[in-house]
Amino acid sequence: MRYIFAFISTLLVGLPAFASQPTPGALGFQEPATRIMERIDAFHTPLTIAMTVVVLLVTLLMIVVCLRFNRRANPQSRKFSHNTLIEVIWTVVPVIILVAIAGPSFSILFYAENEPDLEQIAQSGDLDDPDIFIEAAKQGWITVKAEGMGNWAWTYHYPDETDVDGYPVSFVSNGIHLGLPSDPPATLEKPRYLATDNPMVIPANRYIRYQTASDRVIHAWAVPSFGIKTDAIPGRLNGGWFLVEKTGVYYGQCSELCGKNHAFMPIEVRVVPQEQYDRWMTVMKTGDVEAATELVQVIASADGATRLAMAE
Amino acid sequence: MPMDEIALDHGHDAHDHKPGFFKRWFLSTNHKDIGTLYLLFALVAGVVGYSMSGLIRWELAEPGIGPLTGVVEYLYGSTGDQAIEQAKSFYNTIITYHGLIMIFFMVMPALIGGFGNWFVPLMIGAPDMAFPRMNNISFWLTVGGFSLLILSMFTPGGNGVNGFGGGWVLYPPLSSTAGHSGPAMDLLILSLHTIGVASILGAINFIVTVLNMRAPGMTMHKMPLFAWSVLVTALLLLLALPVLAGALTMLLTDRNFGSQFFDPSGGGDPVMFQHLFWFFGHPEVYIMILPAFGIVSHIISTFSKKPIFGYLGMAYAMVAIGTIGFIVWAHHMYTVGMPSDMKAYFVAATMVIAVPTGIKIFSWIATMWGGSISFEVPMVWAIGFIFLFTVGGVTGVVLANAGIDHSVHDTYYVVAHFHYVLSLGAVFGLFAGWYYWFEKMFGIKYNKPIAYTHFWTMFVGSNLIFFPQHFLGLNGMPRRYIDYPDAFTPWNSVSSWGYVITLVGTTIFFIGLVEAVVRRRKGEANPWGEGATTLEWTLPSPPPFHQFNELPVVKTEGGH
Repeated sequence: MRYIFAFISTLLVGLPAFASQPTPGALGFQEPATRIMERIDAFHTPLTIAMTVVVLLVTLLMIVVCLRFNRRANPQSRKFSHNTLIEVIWTVVPVIILVAIAGPSFSILFYAENEPDLEQIAQSGDLDDPDIFIEAAKQGWITVKAEGMGNWAWTYHYPDETDVDGYPVSFVSNGIHLGLPSDPPATLEKPRYLATDNPMVIPANRYIRYQTASDRVIHAWAVPSFGIKTDAIPGRLNGGWFLVEKTGVYYGQCSELCGKNHAFMPIEVRVVPQEQYDRWMTVMKTGDVEAATELVQVIASADGATRLAMAE
Repeated sequence: MPMDEIALDHGHDAHDHKPGFFKRWFLSTNHKDIGTLYLLFALVAGVVGYSMSGLIRWELAEPGIGPLTGVVEYLYGSTGDQAIEQAKSFYNTIITYHGLIMIFFMVMPALIGGFGNWFVPLMIGAPDMAFPRMNNISFWLTVGGFSLLILSMFTPGGNGVNGFGGGWVLYPPLSSTAGHSGPAMDLLILSLHTIGVASILGAINFIVTVLNMRAPGMTMHKMPLFAWSVLVTALLLLLALPVLAGALTMLLTDRNFGSQFFDPSGGGDPVMFQHLFWFFGHPEVYIMILPAFGIVSHIISTFSKKPIFGYLGMAYAMVAIGTIGFIVWAHHMYTVGMPSDMKAYFVAATMVIAVPTGIKIFSWIATMWGGSISFEVPMVWAIGFIFLFTVGGVTGVVLANAGIDHSVHDTYYVVAHFHYVLSLGAVFGLFAGWYYWFEKMFGIKYNKPIAYTHFWTMFVGSNLIFFPQHFLGLNGMPRRYIDYPDAFTPWNSVSSWGYVITLVGTTIFFIGLVEAVVRRRKGEANPWGEGATTLEWTLPSPPPFHQFNELPVVKTEGGH
């Protein structure tokens, strides 16, 4: 309970050591961490309200009908069975509502799906547009490939980075909890079924191009607070893009049934400042995964003060 | 046929001449007996499928892998970590067979095989189905399919336990030898082929019956809406099932004969299976709900003592839903990596379905408007159906948006959505029909207080199971998880307590059934009074073994 309280207060206060994961008893989305998820959230809320109104309207109509037209209140039923006007209304009004939904729906779909043109943003981006990040665009893409493994782990590849042996940097990320008695205890830093041994690491405020692939069965790489879920399918290279502004730890879980340990192949993304990412990458290139992971256990906050990733 | 045989036939026409027990129930060609068999079969399969959901909710009631480990220890004699590992696979098996049983062996046999067989001929004034023997084959193939399915549950799956654990959608490569090398999946394919043949034969039978055997004067536009709903359902079955059969056959040859339709290493594509599967799978969900639409229409009209509002609109709304149902399939696959323009098309097409669905909901309410409603048991179930189906429908509109779906795809939000339209929609429609026609079918009356109690416990319980799952899904809990991060505990335990309440409800249902059978209160021909206008209410309860030897003539405003 103490942990839960501490965790909730961490979220509320909004410390730089931000963590995105499910909240006990929550009713809605996890806090958005990307522009994509912000848009999904901003669209989902009014849509849900509109849909609730529809349900309430139907419920209200049924209550009225049950009160006014029950056998006692209305012993003699009327016999009408047509009313062209009302039929036209309840056909046309839903069409209008649906068209109204389709507008923002397509807009977030295409925003999320279409990779932004970084060169164009870097050269002629509008400084006042909150949806583009000119400084980030100038630095170009960082590409990460998440490969779902047959043994229920994710392998992260950084195809643009070459290690000391001349191969692209890659490492395996295993869930540390497998539902077994030998599991390490769940802590605030290592939440059950979310924490991994070696997290995926990316810098904050950079455009990330992610790709998904799989070696044997279908998995899905998903991080709820990013608004991202992409199947990892053998024989295919899927992907998308995102940009996270806030440093912190972001959790997700495999989201396509992949066999026995489907529930035990979490996704942990540590978003760190660029300098910390560079240090991590330097060590990663030497092949010492453990030492590299050690470097991101504490996430340097944006103002330079070092804090524990999820201090109580 | 020689003259004397015809004379002999007439001799047999004494209404209640029934064959002996074996011939009547095992070689039956009588649509009412086959309907009863289907209902009994669905009852048995329903209990099996419902027990499996019990195991799921038991396991998910609190964090940690618990109850299933005990089941696995009992089944396989394993202990310790091995038992836990097997429990993980066993869980996947349970969710898979729960889905398959509920869809193919509970809802479809009950709504189409049971009520369809019983009441389509009665409502259209036909003496029987067009092909009585084919009808019998359909039923026994269904039983055969179910036996194969159960057999496959106890056959090595190749994943450490018996049975196939890849979800009811059977996606390769999890369903190929890469994921499940054992024979369980092959038996499952055989089972689904068998049930598929059964359904296609049944569909042909219904289509021919409805198109050719309506009583004189009953034009298509005077035909009762339940017959309309079964006709549309049958057409969907006829067009959708062969596609599933094709996909399953390709899967079978991939598994056994070295073909590589879905294997990328041979130039195949697993996503192609998903397209084929959902081309069948989406019409399939309408196959499950349309007969419930038909049943609910009759109940609403009967107990409002009013003709159904906008009859033609209601009939063609079902046709529209069925037609559009064939062009929206990829909204089940927004995350597979489709081009965004394709997603945009499927968003638009999917949302269109809300229009005819809205017409149905509003027409039901308009039917009640101005009526003189008596809240008999079936009416309460039908009103419950409208409410629950509306809740499930609006989350469908949310899910249709690919942008949002990226967040809630494959989470409990989807589980909540489709259980609202199926487990609460189709099943409430099923119970509504059960209480509407119980007296007609079996000639005995059920105990109304027990039936009302059944309704309220089911209504409260099933809402308690599925409503919190929306919250779990939005907050990110993926589907098909045997265990979950601690934060998901509160709503999961609420959901599991909801199951306990439905367990009480189900017990009450069986108590009501046994009570009715034991007391044997004699049923009336038409217990519902002036509002019940379809032809089945002109016959005694239960109807004679053979009815309408002289065809009824439908006059001006008959039918609906």
